[in-house]
Amino acid sequence: MGRWQHYYRPRTVQEVLEILAHYRGQARVVAGGTDLFVELLEKPPAFEALVDVTAIPELRTIYQEGDWIVVGAAVTHTEIVRSALIRQRGTALAEGCSVIGGPQVRNVATLGGNVVNALPAADGTVALLALDGEGQVARANGSAWHPLLDLFRGPGQSAVDPTRELLTALRFRATGPREASAFGRVMRPQGVALPILVAAATVRLNGAGTHIEEARVSLGPVAPTPFRAQRAEAVLRGAPPDAAVFRQAAEVTLQACSPRTSRYRATREYRVEMIRTLLPRVLETAVARARGETWASPRFEVADKYSSFGCWLGG
Amino acid sequence: MPLLNMTVNGRPVSVEVAGDEFLAHVLRYTLGLTGTKIGCEEAECGACTVLVNGQPVDSCIFPALKAQGAEVLTIEGLAQNGELHPLQRAFVEYGAVQCGFCTPGFIMTAKALLDRSPQPTEEEIKSALKDTYCRCGCYLEIIDAIKVASGQSPTLTCSDGRLPRSPKALRVVGNPVPRPDAVAKVTGQAKYTDDYAFPNMLYGATLRAAYPHARIKHIDTSRARALPGVHAVLTHEDIPGDKHHGLIFNDWPVLCYDKVRYVGDAVAIVAAETPQLARQALELIEVEYEPLPVVTDPEQALAPDAPKVHQQGNLLKHIKVRKGDVAQGFAEADVIVEAEYRTPMYEHAFLEPECSIARVAEDGKIEVIVGSQIPYEDRRQIAKSLGVPEEQVRVKGAFVGGGFGGKEDIAAQIHAALLATATGRPVKVLYSRQESLRVHPKRHATVIRVKVGAKRDGRLVAVQVHILGDAGAYASLSDKVMTRAATHAAGPYEVPHVKVDCYTVYTNNPPAGAFRGFGVTQSAFAVESTMDILAHRLGMDPVELRRRNALRTGSTTSTGQVLRESVGLLECLDKVAAHIRRELRVEPDGAWWRPFPNPADPARVRAWGLAACYKNTGLGGGAPDRGGAEVEVLPDGRAVVRTAAAEIGQGLPAVLAIVVAEELGIPYQHVEVALPNTDVTPDGGPTTASRQTYINGNAARMAARRVRDILAWAACEELGASQDELEFREGFVHARGKRLPLGEVARLAREGGRQPLARAVFEAPPTAPLGREGDMHVGFSFGVQAVLVEVDTRTGEVVVLKAVSAHDIGRAINVLGLLGQIRGGIIMGIGNALTEEYPVEGGLPYCTTLSRYKMPSIRHTPEIVSYLVEDELSSGPYGAKGVGEIASIPTAAAVANAVYHAVGVRIHKTPVDQDWLLRTLKAKSA
Repeated sequence: MGRWQHYYRPRTVQEVLEILAHYRGQARVVAGGTDLFVELLEKPPAFEALVDVTAIPELRTIYQEGDWIVVGAAVTHTEIVRSALIRQRGTALAEGCSVIGGPQVRNVATLGGNVVNALPAADGTVALLALDGEGQVARANGSAWHPLLDLFRGPGQSAVDPTRELLTALRFRATGPREASAFGRVMRPQGVALPILVAAATVRLNGAGTHIEEARVSLGPVAPTPFRAQRAEAVLRGAPPDAAVFRQAAEVTLQACSPRTSRYRATREYRVEMIRTLLPRVLETAVARARGETWASPRFEVADKYSSFGCWLGG
Repeated sequence: MPLLNMTVNGRPVSVEVAGDEFLAHVLRYTLGLTGTKIGCEEAECGACTVLVNGQPVDSCIFPALKAQGAEVLTIEGLAQNGELHPLQRAFVEYGAVQCGFCTPGFIMTAKALLDRSPQPTEEEIKSALKDTYCRCGCYLEIIDAIKVASGQSPTLTCSDGRLPRSPKALRVVGNPVPRPDAVAKVTGQAKYTDDYAFPNMLYGATLRAAYPHARIKHIDTSRARALPGVHAVLTHEDIPGDKHHGLIFNDWPVLCYDKVRYVGDAVAIVAAETPQLARQALELIEVEYEPLPVVTDPEQALAPDAPKVHQQGNLLKHIKVRKGDVAQGFAEADVIVEAEYRTPMYEHAFLEPECSIARVAEDGKIEVIVGSQIPYEDRRQIAKSLGVPEEQVRVKGAFVGGGFGGKEDIAAQIHAALLATATGRPVKVLYSRQESLRVHPKRHATVIRVKVGAKRDGRLVAVQVHILGDAGAYASLSDKVMTRAATHAAGPYEVPHVKVDCYTVYTNNPPAGAFRGFGVTQSAFAVESTMDILAHRLGMDPVELRRRNALRTGSTTSTGQVLRESVGLLECLDKVAAHIRRELRVEPDGAWWRPFPNPADPARVRAWGLAACYKNTGLGGGAPDRGGAEVEVLPDGRAVVRTAAAEIGQGLPAVLAIVVAEELGIPYQHVEVALPNTDVTPDGGPTTASRQTYINGNAARMAARRVRDILAWAACEELGASQDELEFREGFVHARGKRLPLGEVARLAREGGRQPLARAVFEAPPTAPLGREGDMHVGFSFGVQAVLVEVDTRTGEVVVLKAVSAHDIGRAINVLGLLGQIRGGIIMGIGNALTEEYPVEGGLPYCTTLSRYKMPSIRHTPEIVSYLVEDELSSGPYGAKGVGEIASIPTAAAVANAVYHAVGVRIHKTPVDQDWLLRTLKAKSA
């Protein structure tokens, strides 16, 4: 239809790189396309060909390798949510992926796409960050793993150039005994379905459960790229897992990041308030899970269920 | 072009596709499987859902080549050997279908759910359907249908397990019968305009204004014309007739010539071999503009030095309602409450974007197929611009995928006709969702100041209201919409002194026009919020305050109309109030409005809130209001009803079929309802003002009775009986122990020289214009709604958990459709209160894509309990009044009143902004 001429579905990473090389910047990688095709409604494409990476078998697998759980970049959100391995050992990622769109979108949208789209509040990406995620990028001269944060340049700007290289996999450290993760977000009912705030955390408790041994905390959008709250982590490390500490974690996070007012979405004040509200809740849930107490989701449930529906009584 | 090999509905398919083609296009336009709908091309609405290898996907953005080797299942593949799938059957039976445009997407999404989870919980159903939208709001019925299809019990039924019926039900009237078009809609066979195609058809596209306000200095179409495959490029110079259109004021250029006045204005149109070529041609049209200062809001527009949108000035109309003397009223008042409210523009977001197909037909007439709300008005406006007599134009209706008022104005009807006459070939003009958002009129944004004076005992003595309505760039129906806002601005109450001044003003924003509720949605929000402020100021129960002032038989409205009958407001109030009190277990005089915590999480606070409203049925205001219908009995004993009254999802075909079946004594399934065709079907008038059941229900009833008279005449002789001995029932005419099948009687009538066919025009009782003596309206429907909200005091999030409604609709004819309208209306009202807004800044809309406009989803759908009050209107068919609008009018105020009861913060602006609410809460507690 004139937007792009060719649509390729290669079977290997090598083929992808060859096609990209052949087009010299006039072709780009696409996975689920749920973001790209919508963007193109308002912005005409600047390429001749799309290279769909979702038919490459190695990009479609989830497996464990030592301490790492590896998720192919073209694994869909649905597959992540259904993976028992990820639900148990990377719970925040399964939660983050479960809230994106409806099943139609989750069935095609990929984690790799979420990362390369590089939005500071991307649910899956922020969750992955709290799990100490890394991304593997394949280029003409080889393939290498990078810390997740190194893959972002700015809002919507990825360090992965989709016309020359491709993200092939993501991995994160599987949570172990006395360790768990959690994810939460706050939405606005009007306008675009981008979160006002997402937060994720992983915590590991000591044997007695009295102190936090290790913590990783991530948030978005509070900076141009997904944000790792290192000051909060420092506060949490070695501290007792209680409400006062969680509150303090939120306060030091506020000092370190800069949530903005964005038109039609949220004011800075509201986002600040949400960091104070959401972060402690996510930490609380992660700690409860690390203790084996609950698998409850920190998501704010939409509505309680009523047992009986009314019937028209007439007259 | 590459070859795509896949299996579609079990059959191998091999087709050539373009590299950038999406699956929905291949299915619809290459394979002709038009049951799969395209609603947005953004993966937002879910209408295009099909199953690829068993998984639901949005086929509108699913690259076709990605389906290489896949198994694809579409709605057409669901029924097996003519046997409906259980989901299809349940959707039909439980009223889960209204306009039907979203239906295939819902059924396919639900099918995938049941394949994975054969007995899904309600939570699983909601989760699966979270991103599949039904603008008619049949979510509760859809949940029920899925439950039934998976062997579970539905929840909208009565304790005996059956669907509700009216206590006044007749043989067919008042019974829960499925829509006559439901089967066509659940199988994907129902054809909406874009589902039609003609050989040799061209595709139209429209060049829109580059600025919200600019002078056009020059248009050069030469490069576009030169593009191979382009067959016509037209500008204002190519319009043979009237260069304007407009429903009341003829102020809207068919193609702009001197100026553009909003970003949706049409400047040039193109017809080309493919839609892509047509769009490409648009880019080659050169328009030289001189940008002008933009009039961005009505307050600015009324300033003396404001730039003029139209030559005659920016004030489109000042509407006055006067009753008594408000100065005297306020002087008598013990308490005076004043408040100001703002409501934004809202978007209809009917799921079927606008589409028109025009062609020069075999008989030489210009035929336009369009799913619009006013077929005869389209015909008038098309003929006027083409410069031909109206009889030279034929408008044919198609199934309409929702309208809600947004398909009353001309969209592409005239453009398509111009292109078809210019090229001599059929031309289809289909708007993309993004174009639809940009072009068609919205709900008026308003600023409303209310001043209410009352005695200590709650009796209202004076109401003064000032309304400023943003008409946008063209008049559309602003005059009437804002008149309705003004006349209903004092609420459904008897007030001795009323003064309303309503100004509707031109700006360079998208035009505002008809939208379900027609101005009353806005003024009801203002007055019903103010009534609650007054109640609490007086220390009164908000229900009691409303009871004391409620319109009742014998009351005089703000416009001086004495209500002689059919005023069921008190009963509505009592039913809703009793329900809340029962549920809260409070005494009849107890405070039902007190907040209470969510037991599982005390930071989430709950409370009930309530609002009342009324809304006219029919056009009123002195406008002649009539509609015609034709009924024919066929030789097989079946009957056909023909009217050009548009069905946009509201359920009119069921009403017509019920009425005819009742009158002719034939099974409901034996009545067929034809689509509009201005050559064949009589003018039914506009689908607006909640009027179709009332007007055309009456017309169909009259026509059916005339046919019955003809049949009776024919049957008498054969049965040897007199006319009053005859009984029409079960498809037979009975008398003296004998019976004749109706088809046989129809044949006898024909042989006797009389066709078993009759036309009738129902003419509503005359009404008077505003300001003149007499009844302004033939009647009013009344409604009271209460909602239970929950406010999360940590986030400001507001959720409606439950809604209880009571509506006086005169008489329930089509119960399933009626309850569907009420539930859907409440859900749309929740959208107004909580999720929707269409902001415009500097004349530029923010909602350029559907992803920026959130209509309520299944996740926003509360439990709904609906009471019906049947206080008959003598001129209505069986006593029926309208319901289409009243269902969504009081909801926003009820939500605002509930939020106040929960957390003590008054909402002055819709939709509720959780950000603002939380900050206000914090400031309050500090």
